[in-house]
Amino acid sequence: MTVALPAGEIAGKLETKFPGCFEEGGKDNLLVKADSLLDVAAFLKDQPDLKFDYLNYVTAVDYYAYFEIVYQLTSLEHNRSIVFRTRAYGRDNPTMPSVTGLWRGADFQEREIFDLFGVAFTGHPNLKRIFLWEGFQGHPLRKDWNG
Amino acid sequence: MTTTQEMTLRTEPFVVNFGPVHPSTHGVYRMRATLDGEVILDIEPVFGYLHRGIEKLAEERTYTGFIPLTDRLDYLASMSNNLGYCIAVEKLAGIKVPERAEHIRVIMAELQRIASHSIAVGAFVNDCGAYFTPFLYLFREREKVLDLFDMVCGQRLTYNYMRIGGVSQDIPPEFLPALEKYVNHMTPFLNEFEFFLKQNEILLARAKGVGILPNQAAIDCGISGPVARASGVNWDLRKADPYSIYNRFEFDIPTGEAGDCYDRYRVRVEEMKQSLRIIGQAMKNIPDGPVRADVPHIIRAPRGEAYGHIEAPKGELGFYLVSDDSIAPYRCHIRPCSLINLTALREMVRGWKVADLIIIFGSIDITMGEVDR
Repeated sequence: MTVALPAGEIAGKLETKFPGCFEEGGKDNLLVKADSLLDVAAFLKDQPDLKFDYLNYVTAVDYYAYFEIVYQLTSLEHNRSIVFRTRAYGRDNPTMPSVTGLWRGADFQEREIFDLFGVAFTGHPNLKRIFLWEGFQGHPLRKDWNG
Repeated sequence: MTTTQEMTLRTEPFVVNFGPVHPSTHGVYRMRATLDGEVILDIEPVFGYLHRGIEKLAEERTYTGFIPLTDRLDYLASMSNNLGYCIAVEKLAGIKVPERAEHIRVIMAELQRIASHSIAVGAFVNDCGAYFTPFLYLFREREKVLDLFDMVCGQRLTYNYMRIGGVSQDIPPEFLPALEKYVNHMTPFLNEFEFFLKQNEILLARAKGVGILPNQAAIDCGISGPVARASGVNWDLRKADPYSIYNRFEFDIPTGEAGDCYDRYRVRVEEMKQSLRIIGQAMKNIPDGPVRADVPHIIRAPRGEAYGHIEAPKGELGFYLVSDDSIAPYRCHIRPCSLINLTALREMVRGWKVADLIIIFGSIDITMGEVDR
């Protein structure tokens, strides 16, 4: 059985390693600040006792005030999983660092978020629309999109 | 007068477009391949020809009303899609499924795996040059699975059979005898099928050592299902994170070593045998009782989020649901194994020839309905 790593167990460790990496009140659900995202992600992937080497999915949710980007990781070796999240603010040009350097599986999924939510991923090797065509106006999975 | 100097062939890379309507792409998939002669330098996949915005449609439907749309994701494995979605909603709303329904679900999911792998293996050996003979033998056997599905829900492709908290209706009395007959027939058939192809010179020459996906690359790219297991990643959600009642059954997880096209083919054939084992145990132990939990017609899930995933025939199929305490999901993200399994295609085909591209792509086994959603 894949055991979900409790947020409380890992949050303290991350806080000591990267002070101020969490958004306010974000320790309970591992809400990481966007500028600490890559440090935290690399730590989760590379620490031998964590070793979250498998990215299950990355997706986004539109909460109007911000886009929440959700990552779920699994450690195949320890059979444990973890969910952490981060927020991209603004509706005109929200951006987020890309995790494709750590998990190549994020490639198409980040393109999908870019296409359907309009969140741009900096450092993505080939960031362009994936399902809709070039020149399509708007991002359909946004809550305020009107087709 | 021409000199030998002028006679040498001048080559330059050129771009060939495969698809979106091309028999080798098994759907409306398109690749832009850059070739040097016959050798592939690079490919760029182009998606979206079957994009229907299913995730957006989910936000406008009740939880139950979305089940028919899941049929249209991986339309060769609709039962598995139903199951994955229902498990996610049950997790979100905290619904317990009755025992009899769990057994029926397992039987359906494993029959579906056999049907899906039949097409995967059949189409693959077809691409290899065993033109249509093995494919049609497998199609004939798949037809029998469709007959069984027809018996329980009246549909042959888009079943809409599972419900949140169980299944839509009980299996008819003639189902279990028919299922037993099918299992007894299918086991020797698979052995025979394998015997004919195991030593086949052409299949070995075209598939062995071709399109290798190394173990580490499979994990990095988030590859799941038979493709990952063929590369030696011993990861099957039925064992690693057992859902439904899979922890009660005895079965093995076949894995490959080389991670080539032949291993992917072999893993699928072995998995079909293991599925028959599971079905045999499930139908022996199926209890009487209700087939659906007592849930309201319109489900209102409490505020929160849940991720439910299953081992679908093609890999990890997951549904990430966010509820805002209304009758429809606030967000429904589908983790598409077909799309993510294509991540590694580029590095798998580089340096191979055009004819190999078709085989390597075929050995991944995707359905465009799930890639584009």
